[in-house]
Amino acid sequence: MSGGHGHAHGLYLPRHSVVHRLRPHAKVAATLAFVLAVVATPRDAFWVFGLDAVLVATVALLAHVSLPTLARRLAIEAPFVAFAVFLPLVGEAPHTDVAGLSLSEPGLWGAWNILVKGTLGVAATVLLASTTTIAELLTGLDRLRVPRAFTAIAGFMVRYGQVIVGEGRRMRIARLSRGYDPRWIWQARAVASSAGTLFIRSYERGERIHVAMLSRGFTGELPAATHDRADAREWLAVALVPALAATAALTAWLAT
Amino acid sequence: MTVPTPNPTPTPALEVEGLAYAYPDGHTALRQVDLVVQPGERVALLGPNGAGKTTLILHLNGILQAAGGEVRVGGLPVAKAHLKEIRRRVGVVFQDPDDQLFMPTVRDDVAFGPANLGLRGDELDRRVHAALAAVGMTEAADRPPHHLSFGQRRRVAVATVLAMDPQLLVLDEPTSNLDPAARRDLADILQSLPVTAIVATHDLPYALELCPRAVILNEGVVVADGPTPEILADAPLMAANRLELPYGFHPTHT
Repeated sequence: MSGGHGHAHGLYLPRHSVVHRLRPHAKVAATLAFVLAVVATPRDAFWVFGLDAVLVATVALLAHVSLPTLARRLAIEAPFVAFAVFLPLVGEAPHTDVAGLSLSEPGLWGAWNILVKGTLGVAATVLLASTTTIAELLTGLDRLRVPRAFTAIAGFMVRYGQVIVGEGRRMRIARLSRGYDPRWIWQARAVASSAGTLFIRSYERGERIHVAMLSRGFTGELPAATHDRADAREWLAVALVPALAATAALTAWLAT
Repeated sequence: MTVPTPNPTPTPALEVEGLAYAYPDGHTALRQVDLVVQPGERVALLGPNGAGKTTLILHLNGILQAAGGEVRVGGLPVAKAHLKEIRRRVGVVFQDPDDQLFMPTVRDDVAFGPANLGLRGDELDRRVHAALAAVGMTEAADRPPHHLSFGQRRRVAVATVLAMDPQLLVLDEPTSNLDPAARRDLADILQSLPVTAIVATHDLPYALELCPRAVILNEGVVVADGPTPEILADAPLMAANRLELPYGFHPTHT
């Protein structure tokens, strides 16, 4: 990739907010805890889901992420929701009639369960991604003792995914510039051999990266990324949201 | 047995003696390379494509192992036993900054080399800061490398190597793909650095500006070694080695 244009900023929304300023590992841990609390909530405890939704909305407002933006980003869960819609149609007895359709009651409960927990979980994750850069996420995971090999692979993917996409795009433009206009499947040969070339180029780049790493004294172990500690106040602040959600879920279980 | 006499000249920064190398496919890249570089010298490494410039560079820090001959950096032979020290002493800036910059942020990338040398904490931070300041990229410390312009990425690539405090800086095609302003910035940075440097380049005016001495490598042999203005002015020598000055450029009239 050459030039400073065309980079994918991904989901990150650059803002100046308290949520953006929080240490990434604290945010990752809080998100995970919140999702667990949501998943552990009994499906008929409607008031708990209401509280969880309010919590998500509050964090979104604190992060200067508008609710319409958040709602638009929830579209990522669409495939799972589509699955949930089928459950009431194919589920077991007893059935109930809604608008002339015979719907399965366990199916309806299953669909509601997937829909509400999925939406809340995805919303929390979308907020994390909107307020934390990928680099911060990686240092956060590193800080949470995720094995260095995983964070390193994820880092390489982010870094070189864009380089390879850029190369692929330039190859495509070069093909088009020579009058390539495939209309039928048997004309796809050029695309296929481009893919092969791209694979070989990526492989060779991998070798060059390795040589450049060796030249800087790489011995097989990646050094820890630079990061700073979160203080107790910060942990307390981020713990508030999952703690509320977990307490509510627990209360709901004890009440049944 | 005689009393050892003090060495009249300091240990050369780099000694290459009779270096030969053939790639596994049988292609001979280096036949017989001899080169001595004194501390503080800046030497241009010239030669056509395929002359063996990059192969020679990969021998200077032990990425490739010499098939014949020897390479010494500051008196220390390049051999498996002390590769770590060799790679500290020799900093190589590769042609494509995308090959060199792979960490999520500029700061982490510049810290990669010194961290491999075992530096941690404040000392590591100081190195990173000093290296970024030397190339004027302090502001970019927290940015991901792929969000920088090509010229900025090249400067960060130089910083990644400076952070290791090298005795010998080796640059492979430092001006390729740079716009004239970025090329100028890099020249100013390189001129401000008090290190021994080898600059492999096709950019002959750049070689003339930065390097008082030039070496021509062709077909794996050093065919010329002398003051850069004289070498560039030697038209038959230049033509014989497929080197050509930019149109209208006269190395002795500047």
